Amino acid sequence: MILSEVATHGLDLFFLVPWVVFFPVIGLLINMIFGGRMSEKAIGTLASTASGLTFVIATLLALSLRTHPEGATVFLAKWIQIGTLNLQWAFRVDTLSVTMMMVVGGVGTLIHIYAIGYMHEDVRNKNDIGRYRRFFVFFNLFIAAMMILVSSDNYLMLFVGWEGVGLCSYLLIGFWYDKDLLGRDSIENAVAGKKAFIANRIGDFGFLIASFLMFWTFKSVEFGKVFEMAGQIASENPGMILAITLFMLLGVTGKSAQIPLFVWLPDAMAGPTPVSALIHAATMVTAGVYLVARSAPLYMQAPMAQTAVTLVGAITALFAATIAVGQYDIKKVLAYSTISQLGFMVAAVGMGAFVAGMFHLVMHAFFKALLFLSAGSVILGIERGHHHLPHAEHDEDDEEEIFDPGDMRNMGGLRKRMPITFWVYLIGAIALAGIPPFAGFFSKDEILAEATGLNKTAYILLVIAAFFTAFYIARQIWMVFFGKARHEATAHAEESPPVITVPLIILAFLAMVGGLLNFPGVHTFTKWLEHTYNVFHVHIHAGEFNPTVAITSTVLALIAVYLAWLLYGRNPLKKEEPDPLRKILGPVFVGMNHKWWVDELYWAIILNPYIALSRFFAETVDWTFWHDWFHEKVIAGSYQWLSHVLLSQIIDLGFIDAIANGLGSITKKSASVLRKIQTGYVRNYALSIFLGVVLIIGYLIIK
Amino acid sequence: MIPTTYYIVLSALLFTIGALGVLIRRNAIIIFMAIELMLNAANLAFVAFTRMYGIIDGQVFVFFVMTVAAAEVAVGLALIVAIFRTKHNIDIDQLNNLKG
Amino acid sequence: MTTELILFFSLALIAIITGLGLLISKNAIYAALYLVLNFFTIAIFYLLLGGAFIAMAQVSVYAGAIMVLFLFVIMILGAEKLGKSNTVAWQRPVAIILSIILLIEAGYVLFWRTAPVQAAQTLPDGFGGPASIGNVLLNNYLLPFEITSVLLLVAMIGAIVLTHKQKTDKEV
Repeated sequence: MILSEVATHGLDLFFLVPWVVFFPVIGLLINMIFGGRMSEKAIGTLASTASGLTFVIATLLALSLRTHPEGATVFLAKWIQIGTLNLQWAFRVDTLSVTMMMVVGGVGTLIHIYAIGYMHEDVRNKNDIGRYRRFFVFFNLFIAAMMILVSSDNYLMLFVGWEGVGLCSYLLIGFWYDKDLLGRDSIENAVAGKKAFIANRIGDFGFLIASFLMFWTFKSVEFGKVFEMAGQIASENPGMILAITLFMLLGVTGKSAQIPLFVWLPDAMAGPTPVSALIHAATMVTAGVYLVARSAPLYMQAPMAQTAVTLVGAITALFAATIAVGQYDIKKVLAYSTISQLGFMVAAVGMGAFVAGMFHLVMHAFFKALLFLSAGSVILGIERGHHHLPHAEHDEDDEEEIFDPGDMRNMGGLRKRMPITFWVYLIGAIALAGIPPFAGFFSKDEILAEATGLNKTAYILLVIAAFFTAFYIARQIWMVFFGKARHEATAHAEESPPVITVPLIILAFLAMVGGLLNFPGVHTFTKWLEHTYNVFHVHIHAGEFNPTVAITSTVLALIAVYLAWLLYGRNPLKKEEPDPLRKILGPVFVGMNHKWWVDELYWAIILNPYIALSRFFAETVDWTFWHDWFHEKVIAGSYQWLSHVLLSQIIDLGFIDAIANGLGSITKKSASVLRKIQTGYVRNYALSIFLGVVLIIGYLIIK
Repeated sequence: MIPTTYYIVLSALLFTIGALGVLIRRNAIIIFMAIELMLNAANLAFVAFTRMYGIIDGQVFVFFVMTVAAAEVAVGLALIVAIFRTKHNIDIDQLNNLKG
Repeated sequence: MTTELILFFSLALIAIITGLGLLISKNAIYAALYLVLNFFTIAIFYLLLGGAFIAMAQVSVYAGAIMVLFLFVIMILGAEKLGKSNTVAWQRPVAIILSIILLIEAGYVLFWRTAPVQAAQTLPDGFGGPASIGNVLLNNYLLPFEITSVLLLVAMIGAIVLTHKQKTDKEV
């Protein structure tokens, strides 16, 4: 009966959409309230189940969309009603949002499962069940916030999710707020979290201004109304559209770590590896890409903004790729790689290749999550090896204790010790490098193919970036997995347990076959997303396969891999040996290693002057002038004078007290005189009464 | 028929004598007697006016005054006895404890 | 001069003389006796004025009860005479002057201010008798009458309480 109905009307389960938010919220509430009495496994399983259920819901929504591609808007509750501002909690179910939901739910669930094992083994965990529970509470909260972000029907609800994921990012970067990467007491992680939060605030400011301008112009922040009016407003007031889209771009650069606000993302690697994978690679950082893709009808009306977005993305892609080449930390390489790949996506959605951008977003979520999780597995493996070293070598108070398990200079030859991790890492790397037939090739190639037609400058930048991408990932593979172990701990590294490797294998599978999603000529994904864009008459390209571009990029990638082999594979790096690139590139490599001194530049041109200015305000203006001089001298001094001299001495003592004392002394004196009348002789009193009688009668007579 | 004025004049004279007695005597008992004299002077005036207007109410008032006088004397003499017990004197000039 | 006037003046003379006697007699017993005589003359005045009941009440209550009480107290206390004292010597002349002023004022009012005295009316039968007084007293003045009874009761209790000797008294 139900099946027959489904057959005739298709699946219509759009009403389930609020549950993508409710499930993780329920999960985190249960963990918060009852987690104290639950075991680690129970906590992790519960959180993973909550996340998995969101994926189930997202899948059901996707199935519903197959028969009802127009999607739906599911109203949940009224939120804010002030004057013409009418906001509600409403979920937009269309192909775009469901794509994001599936990515968040699917990759999120895999990372949840991975985190059960990872957090248990983290050297800093030390069986602290409270921390363990908190991690999963934050993780579920992140899923909920991310789901709000991707499923919202208006910009302000999107902003709630946007801030929510920012908050979770902050909480999870600083998860080991009292310890550094190696478990020592430190506030480094808290500082990193703060940096991420503040950099995001700057972007959020842009987003907020964009929302306000939007409400001012469109009298609404609902996607449907805004996009419908976009064309009309653009012809009336093109400057306004440009301003909105550019402010939105500021928000994008903050959240998706683009120039100039990308500096927080490398530091965000201070968080546990599952956090890096889920939040800082697969999902949250793609929120900016999603925002631009979602706002496509607006960007289509502002070609200048599109160009700006494209160039920001393309430059970031190249810039971050060069930095990634010079990094030694296994996670830092991936972090810059993420920035670079995000640059690809931003450039794609900027130039109007929304499908290509979203496609790459999904593929990137697979392979970058895979790479991060594998890197986490590598780190755990080395830590295990470090743990198994002869006891004398890792005495608690030993100087040698300063050992960074994430430093690639300590690695090497892990291929034998950790075969599963090696293979999945290799798959992720090939996918990232854009070598066919893995996922990255198709998505990246589609972006490049689109770029040839839409923006030549971006095309050139992105091709170079792709070259560097292949180079740094190949360098990493060779440094980590080939050659000989450059540290005792690496030599004793051990493979991770299934709870970690199984999610890796699933992700590796996705990274391998993900390209089929939008295989050239079939364009499943393009047709899928077209439903969303057609509503607002945004024409999207079919993502034509361009053999020239494909061959060019593949050849370049292979050349890069070959170069990497020449430098790192043929003669594996020895212990304490400097990086071979350093000899070749010299200062350029130092620049790459030091992130082109961007942090230092920001310190020099923004932070230091800002701190100096705030010092000036705090010490000179506030303390010296305002406090010492104005408050102490002027206000307090004049008040002292007013109270001590004028009010106290002159008015109070001289005037008010004088009246009171004078009245008192007059009473006293007159009493001392008048009391003599009170003789105590009754006869005197009688006489006075008699006198009174005589006087009154006399008065009456005279009157 | 004697004019009412004569009675009033007599009443005034007796009243003044009584008042003078209160003012110049020191013996508490005599002061009380002087007060009785003043009351009688007033009573005389009441009765004189009653005769003049032919209304009986004045005599009723005299009756009330007598009652009050009797009560007053009873309490007053009791007070004098009590004072005498502590002071062994009834000179009211000795009772000047309330001197200011 | 009618006999009535002669009677009036002689009685008035007695009243004033006894009043002055009260005023100046040194001995309290004499003062009391003068006052008794004074009350008797006033009782006669009441009879002249047609107040037979009041006159009887005057004799029995004042001359009888009250003055007997006075004499008892004087004799119990044995304080009929006081020693010499010159406290507030100025009181006496001032009091005399004020009294004279009061008399002058009274005389002025009586002789120069008031209208000529109207002739006394003929009185109805039984005027001032117990029946007429009782009639008015128990009809028009019933409430004051009852209140005076309470007043007398209170005075009685008060007198007893005041004169009652405490057992803790030092005299015992």
